[in-house]
Amino acid sequence: MKKLAVNKSTGKKISGMMIAGLALFATQASAGTLDDVKARGHINCGVSEGVPGFSNPNSDGVWSGLDVDMCRAVSAAIFGESDKIKFVPLASKQKILAVVTGQVDLTSRTTTWTMKRDTKEGVDFTTIVFYDGQGFMTRKDLGVSSAKELDGATVCVTSGTTTELNLADFARANNLNFEPVVFEGKKEAVNAYRSGRCDALTTDNSQLASFRTTMPDPSAHVVLPEVISKEPLSPLVKHGDNQWKDLVTWTINGLITAEELGVTQKNVSNLAEAQRNNPTVQRMLGASGEYGSYIGLENNWMVNAISAVGNYGEIFDRNLGKDSPLNLPRGTNALWQDGGLMYVAPLR
Amino acid sequence: MLKTTSERLGGLFSYSNLLSCFYQTLTAGIVIACAYYLLLATQENLEARHIESGFSFLTQEAGFPIGDSLISYSPSDSYGRALLVGIINTFVAAILCIFLATIVGIVMGVAQVSGNPLIARMAEVYVEVMRNIPVLLILLFVYGVVLVGLPSVKQAIEFIPDGFLSQRGIFVPRPIAGDNFIYLMLSLGLGIIGTVFFLKWAKKTLDATGKSYPTIWISLALVIIPPVITQAVFNDVLTWEAPELKGFNFKGGWVFRPEFAALVFGLVLYRGAFIAENVRSGIVSVQKGQREAATALGLSSDRTMRDVVLPQALRTVIPSTTNDYASLVKDSSLAIAIGFPDMVSIGGTMIGQNGQAIEVIAIWMGVYLCINLIISLLMNIANNKFQLVER
Amino acid sequence: MTMVFQPSPDMPPPASQTGLLHWVRNNLFNSFANGLLTIIGLAILANIIPPLVNWLLIDAIFQGTAETCRQGQGACWAFVDAQIKLFLLGPYPTELAWRPIFSAVLLFGLFIITARHMLKTAHLVVAWLILPLPIYWLIGGGLGLEVVDTSEWGGLMLTLVLAVVGILASLPIGVLLALGRSMQNKVIKGFCICVIELVRGVPLVTILFMATIMLPLFLPTDVEIGILYRVQFGIILFSSAYIAEVVRGGLQGVDKGQGEAAVALGLNRWKTTIFIILPQALKIVIPPLIGRCIALLKDTSLVVVVGLLDFLGIAKAASQDAEWLGFDAEAFVFCAFIYWVLCFSLSRYGRSLEKRGQVGHH
Repeated sequence: MKKLAVNKSTGKKISGMMIAGLALFATQASAGTLDDVKARGHINCGVSEGVPGFSNPNSDGVWSGLDVDMCRAVSAAIFGESDKIKFVPLASKQKILAVVTGQVDLTSRTTTWTMKRDTKEGVDFTTIVFYDGQGFMTRKDLGVSSAKELDGATVCVTSGTTTELNLADFARANNLNFEPVVFEGKKEAVNAYRSGRCDALTTDNSQLASFRTTMPDPSAHVVLPEVISKEPLSPLVKHGDNQWKDLVTWTINGLITAEELGVTQKNVSNLAEAQRNNPTVQRMLGASGEYGSYIGLENNWMVNAISAVGNYGEIFDRNLGKDSPLNLPRGTNALWQDGGLMYVAPLR
Repeated sequence: MLKTTSERLGGLFSYSNLLSCFYQTLTAGIVIACAYYLLLATQENLEARHIESGFSFLTQEAGFPIGDSLISYSPSDSYGRALLVGIINTFVAAILCIFLATIVGIVMGVAQVSGNPLIARMAEVYVEVMRNIPVLLILLFVYGVVLVGLPSVKQAIEFIPDGFLSQRGIFVPRPIAGDNFIYLMLSLGLGIIGTVFFLKWAKKTLDATGKSYPTIWISLALVIIPPVITQAVFNDVLTWEAPELKGFNFKGGWVFRPEFAALVFGLVLYRGAFIAENVRSGIVSVQKGQREAATALGLSSDRTMRDVVLPQALRTVIPSTTNDYASLVKDSSLAIAIGFPDMVSIGGTMIGQNGQAIEVIAIWMGVYLCINLIISLLMNIANNKFQLVER
Repeated sequence: MTMVFQPSPDMPPPASQTGLLHWVRNNLFNSFANGLLTIIGLAILANIIPPLVNWLLIDAIFQGTAETCRQGQGACWAFVDAQIKLFLLGPYPTELAWRPIFSAVLLFGLFIITARHMLKTAHLVVAWLILPLPIYWLIGGGLGLEVVDTSEWGGLMLTLVLAVVGILASLPIGVLLALGRSMQNKVIKGFCICVIELVRGVPLVTILFMATIMLPLFLPTDVEIGILYRVQFGIILFSSAYIAEVVRGGLQGVDKGQGEAAVALGLNRWKTTIFIILPQALKIVIPPLIGRCIALLKDTSLVVVVGLLDFLGIAKAASQDAEWLGFDAEAFVFCAFIYWVLCFSLSRYGRSLEKRGQVGHH
């Protein structure tokens, strides 16, 4: 049975290469993403072209950010090392297609989980890593205190995103008239706003906060209080590969659970010893049960992931929160026990 | 040459014919097989990716806003209408660019062969600089300069009465037709008809007696003066809606947004250099004797240029300029890089939303091919006309 | 003592007939209209040149940090200096920089050898056609060299790779398309006409979109091709169609008698085409082919639209680096200058070939 499948796919591969006339450059892929990834030796991870705090390359080309750390955690869970990744910067238009066409194994790129994307566009979302909402930033000297006062304003927005659609919905619902200036990339939109082309810039609030820090005088800009949409951001994978989806989902769930349990990058290596009578910790760190094998990995997968990037709280603080220049409050992204929305299914 | 082979082979003619038939069937078979294979692969892919196919998506609600639109559009309109907005924008930008680039091209081309060495060198520098820089770079640069260089909307420059220039674009008064607007149209129509008759008469007189009139000025006067008189005599003919600064922006009037202005300016700057080069080489290609003969007959230098050199130069200029017009239309797709919603940019947004790339790209191709056909048709007509003049 | 008539030396022409003044009067102010034009031209120059020179050179800051630049008035060339590695190589690993540099040496070496006719034409053609292989090997690695992923290619290097490989690969394809178009086999002819006219009818941007978005849809689900190769494929396709038209012009330009003579000598049609017609046709079209090289070099900048960081893409990105924010103008001017030098020297080379009329054929 298996042999047959291999033959069929090999045959197709060969004829496909001939058709393409690019046999030299074609790489091979087969049914299971995890098998492909293991065979290839690295993950292809789709990220943004540069959003500080989420995914951003420094001047040496080293990527960092919350979205980037999610990929690193997956890499560590699979390979035991957090750098077996090829980061692929994606424009917002490509972020879905790239995962659908197999160009990347997962997209971790501030992507909003919506019904249409989940059901109609051939992708599956994994687990929510950030609860965001769309807002507006304007210049302080305009004297605007609410987004509803922006009637007639020129608004810079990025194309191919839910942002663009939310803006239209908000305008319609509140009978406002915006004059949108639509750009291909976030950087162009921010640039245009910075130079004064637009009165307001709209995108997710977390990103507004990060863009505000890049303004020549951050205090001259203000993020308006309205949050006009729900933006649950989640990494996404190709629809139909359940094993791979489970792997990504539970690695990230594990990071959040780790924060609940107080497992940190520092103490992870000896915590399994120290907390012998905490069954949840024992399960997660692979000291009891075979949880790693459920998703096709070694049982110490979470130890690897956490020692590579830390738990969710540490990731947040390092990239977006109090240890970062953005200094975002945890707010809705705090754990459920601290009054936030971070609540994941139990790891058992 | 190939034919001669088979003719020489004589007796084998039918055999070679048969052979060629066989080859044709074989190649057709291969092409069809490849196409079929691609079709299968595509279908499999689309199914695997849950992407719909067909053009039914054009009737669904678009949902996204568009900045520049010449027809009424709101996000609740359909994808089809959104695409139509883009197609119209592409057409408008293309036509305006072609018109302006032609003017720039002719002026700079003539300037390059001007007797004034200063002007000739300046035109040459312009042409050589623009021709050797990527058009996308020019567009980005122009757009950047427009954004940084212009004043904010509150400090807009009033460059003509009620015309404003700022980061939000160029605002000019908009004409509004009044109740008696019909008289204006009538007088304009009469003026145009009068001009046509005058031009015919002037040509006849020129052919018969050699007496020439300043036709350009008289025609202009014939077209302009009647409407001006109408405007003065009747009331409520044509009023102007002046743009006014209200709240965040100017309201009313006509607006050319910075993205559109930068696109047109950049493309004209770039493609004008190519047309200038065509015009220059066209003028150079006209034999020296023609010019000398015209001068010997006592024609002034600008009449020599206008009536003798340029018409002949056009014979070589038109074919190469046709290509440049086609390139100009295609270059307008770079609007995507500076945020002007042309057809490609809006189509790109649609691909991002529903993944129906094949359909959208097919529409792009169809529209561009149509525009190219129109251009080559019009230019062929022009070409034939000038070829006839040559005899 | 004989008196010999000694003519006194010629008087110099009157001052009004020589020198700069004379030239100026005769050329710039010989009529009212011309004088007016001269004055307008001078006024334009006076408004453009001094501020431009001030900004470009006099007030420019060549060394220092972003802070020194922000305080200055002129262009910030220190920015270009600081980011020069990024401009030239993109995110390519710095310690491996010798590999792209060596590739560039290969490229320009071969160019000089060609321009000076130091090798036989046949050898040159072979050398050019296999050039992409060592370039890809050197830059990309493999076979003993450390692999550098294509996602780390960028800057001027990427622009040159895309353009050079694009033009070299599209030459044979373009020739084939042109030959196909002039064939009697109606299916092949029709197919070639379709490809050529469809590709020439649409903008490169749509072809790049097609290559990046649509190509994966056409391929079997289990074949993946990296984005750089897909873009390169799109560029080759685009360039082939244009080269096909150039070559077709050359084929039509070859004297009919040449083909007939070959047939009379008993060569079959393939041999006639390959050994008699094609070499002559290609020789005719060398100047327009150089024109295509220039056009392609400029056109590769459009890959920015599909997210590749070529020279222009890097220029855009570098000026949005948090530290060097707001020096877009410098980035663009530097970028434009390099493009201009490359394209202008190529076009001069093409023109010199055209002037010689006869391309060296050894």
